Amino acid sequence: MSSDPTDTDRPAAARASEEITSGFPQAGPPRFDSIDEVRTGLAGVDYLADDGISGVVYLADRLAKPVLVEGPAGTGKTELAKSVARLTGSRLIRLQCYEGLDESKALYEWNYKKQLLRIQADSGQSWEQLEEDIFSEEFLLTRPLLEAIKSTEPVVLLIDEVDRVELETEALLLEILSEYQVSIPELGTVRARQIPLVFLTSNNTRELSEALKRRCLYLHIDYPQLDRERAIIETRVPGVSQAMADQVARIVRSIRSLDLKKAPSVSETLDWARTLVVLGVESIDAEQAKDTLHILLKYRSDIDRASKELAGLDTTG
Amino acid sequence: MLDLLTGFVGELRAAGIPVSLSEHLDAAETLRHVPLEDREAIKYTLGASLVKSSTHWPTYETAFEIYFSLRGPGHAVAGEDEGTGAEPESDEDGSSPPGKGGTQGKGQGGGGGEGMTPEELADMLYKALLSANNSMLQAVARQAVSRYGGMEAGRPVGGTYYLYRTLRNLDLAKVMERLIDQARQATSAENAEARHAGPDVTLTPLEERLLRDEYQARIDQLRKEIESEIRRRLVEDRGSEALAKSIRKPLPEDLDVMHATRDELVALRKSLAPLSRKLAVRLARKRRHGRKGALDFRSTVRHSLSTGGVPVDPRFRYPRPSKPEIIVIADISGSVASFARFTLHLVHAISSQFSKVRSFVFIDGIDEVTSYFDGVDDPSEAVHRINTEADVVWVDGHSDYGHALTVFWERWGEEITPRTSVLLLGDARNNYHASGSWVIKEIRARARHVYWLNPEPRAYWDSGDSIVGEYANHCDEVVECRTLRQLEAFVGELA
Repeated sequence: MSSDPTDTDRPAAARASEEITSGFPQAGPPRFDSIDEVRTGLAGVDYLADDGISGVVYLADRLAKPVLVEGPAGTGKTELAKSVARLTGSRLIRLQCYEGLDESKALYEWNYKKQLLRIQADSGQSWEQLEEDIFSEEFLLTRPLLEAIKSTEPVVLLIDEVDRVELETEALLLEILSEYQVSIPELGTVRARQIPLVFLTSNNTRELSEALKRRCLYLHIDYPQLDRERAIIETRVPGVSQAMADQVARIVRSIRSLDLKKAPSVSETLDWARTLVVLGVESIDAEQAKDTLHILLKYRSDIDRASKELAGLDTTG
Repeated sequence: MLDLLTGFVGELRAAGIPVSLSEHLDAAETLRHVPLEDREAIKYTLGASLVKSSTHWPTYETAFEIYFSLRGPGHAVAGEDEGTGAEPESDEDGSSPPGKGGTQGKGQGGGGGEGMTPEELADMLYKALLSANNSMLQAVARQAVSRYGGMEAGRPVGGTYYLYRTLRNLDLAKVMERLIDQARQATSAENAEARHAGPDVTLTPLEERLLRDEYQARIDQLRKEIESEIRRRLVEDRGSEALAKSIRKPLPEDLDVMHATRDELVALRKSLAPLSRKLAVRLARKRRHGRKGALDFRSTVRHSLSTGGVPVDPRFRYPRPSKPEIIVIADISGSVASFARFTLHLVHAISSQFSKVRSFVFIDGIDEVTSYFDGVDDPSEAVHRINTEADVVWVDGHSDYGHALTVFWERWGEEITPRTSVLLLGDARNNYHASGSWVIKEIRARARHVYWLNPEPRAYWDSGDSIVGEYANHCDEVVECRTLRQLEAFVGELA
């Protein structure tokens, strides 16, 4: 299909069998050799991936499929796409979704003003000539999706919060996600010059359509395990001591186990750790934890509850 | 491998996870790229193409463990561990004593005399938990299952029975106390050393709480190990396909609400919040994008002036969809209480879709509970208040539909208007009281619709003291509503 056969570093048999599986766009040369390479690479750009994350990223590259990332807010969905872009040295193209997004904002738009100027500039030409002229690439304003396709350099495309668009608008994405091409009625079909790595994120406010899910690999990022969270704090918060990171991670885990309206996210955990470092806290006691809880929790009732629990006023002990 | 994958996909579908053909193809493609000896990687990458919803993940995980345990590398790993498992008593011993396990189950609760004593096992468990040593935890799990599980070959029970038995014998709560005590002593000893002779400083509540959570996490880990150990043995005994069938768990939205266990109810409650939020979003969207209203003749003519009197651009009135008024009358007696709670929760969560929602609950007396939901942003709080505060017992606290309905009619019957839809929730098991079905007939004459939601399977209707048939004569429809999925579908239709 669209990619040129430059994948010389793979055995011929593999290439031959790939050509048979038409219907899938052919991937370019693989970006990663193994799952472990993805993990260490991501760790190199300060993103600590677990088995699931690195496995899916690796697979997304190999199968040339988009990744649909779901999970609670603030667990590093967007950060994953950014980190992969940094790791592969690709340009990050981001499409922020919102209600009312349409194709002129997501795909492409004709530059009407310029077209008008062109028509007024010389009126002597025949209409056929003129029409040919004003519907050329010169008058096309590319929007993120088309730009990701047209780019010759490697690209990571991030479609953020895809659950915010209407169900009907999702259909706009389908062609680009499965075939990596965009059809423009006046121009024809624009095929991808390279296969971008595509990440879609969703906060799960609504069920995405089956058609979209079917085209993607699915990755659910949840709150991290204790060890991983501790490691994240250590890499992301400069000047934090090991004991401190451990304590923060453990307190956050305890808070998450409570029945709260909104459990603290990873980014809030990091904010909290940074605050404690700035305040020069060496080891957290209940009083300090209580005073800074508003960074972790954003609801009055949650804060009350957590501080009560942490101070040990409950009778479980 | 492909056959295995096909069988696995079949199992997933049977468990209720929708896997399309193209997803199946993707999964097959996946296997070409991921090294087969890396079991974890296979699990996550297969999952990425087969499972497209986080609520389905636990089901997938269980199915994966079962399907890829016997033939997969998991089996080999387990075999190795038996060699390294520090204790001499091992699997051969463990699988043989079904008789012994049987007698233990009858209530001795103590241990057998051979090999490790229970004290030794308890000690090992304690050490494993203290040091968070994973391989040691695994060994303990294996020991505990062979000692206390009392597993018998060919018995068609699910794994939960063995799990319960093993855990009861380990008495984890006591172990927890011991761990905490130990930690307390350690800190006070440390402090004593540091200050030579200070006051006896113990753990602060915060520290204690953190420790407790830490040990709890380790104990959960142990429980998981035990579960997987039991599962592994069951697979050996019966083969993966038979087992998959016997321990298949329905997805939360397909759980039968009336017969859910406590754990399942927790899962249900968790999935209710996103469900109601999604339903609200969907309904709001439907309303906004609904069809246009009727032709606005005046406006069309006025706009036609700009095109010389030709009505090029027809104008329409804004649609004003009627929002129904809802009256919910729910039986909250023991048998159907959880179902009523879920329904009230769901209806109130989307109350913006109705012009008015009023709720009544009854057992043999009836009480209005609408005000409980006012100004509360979390319906579950209100539902909690209903359980504790509503005045619904008239004589003895057994369902009496006849009395409850009669009182409803006398007190609130006037307020039913032709715009009202009435929802009645209950199993109509009336303890052989008078039915009071004339009330339903009266309501039907006045209201727009009368629906009855029955959480019992249709086959049980009109058996025993159920008189749903008598009420059904006067209702627009009687709906079987056993799972959250059915409930969501019904409420979605209503709005």
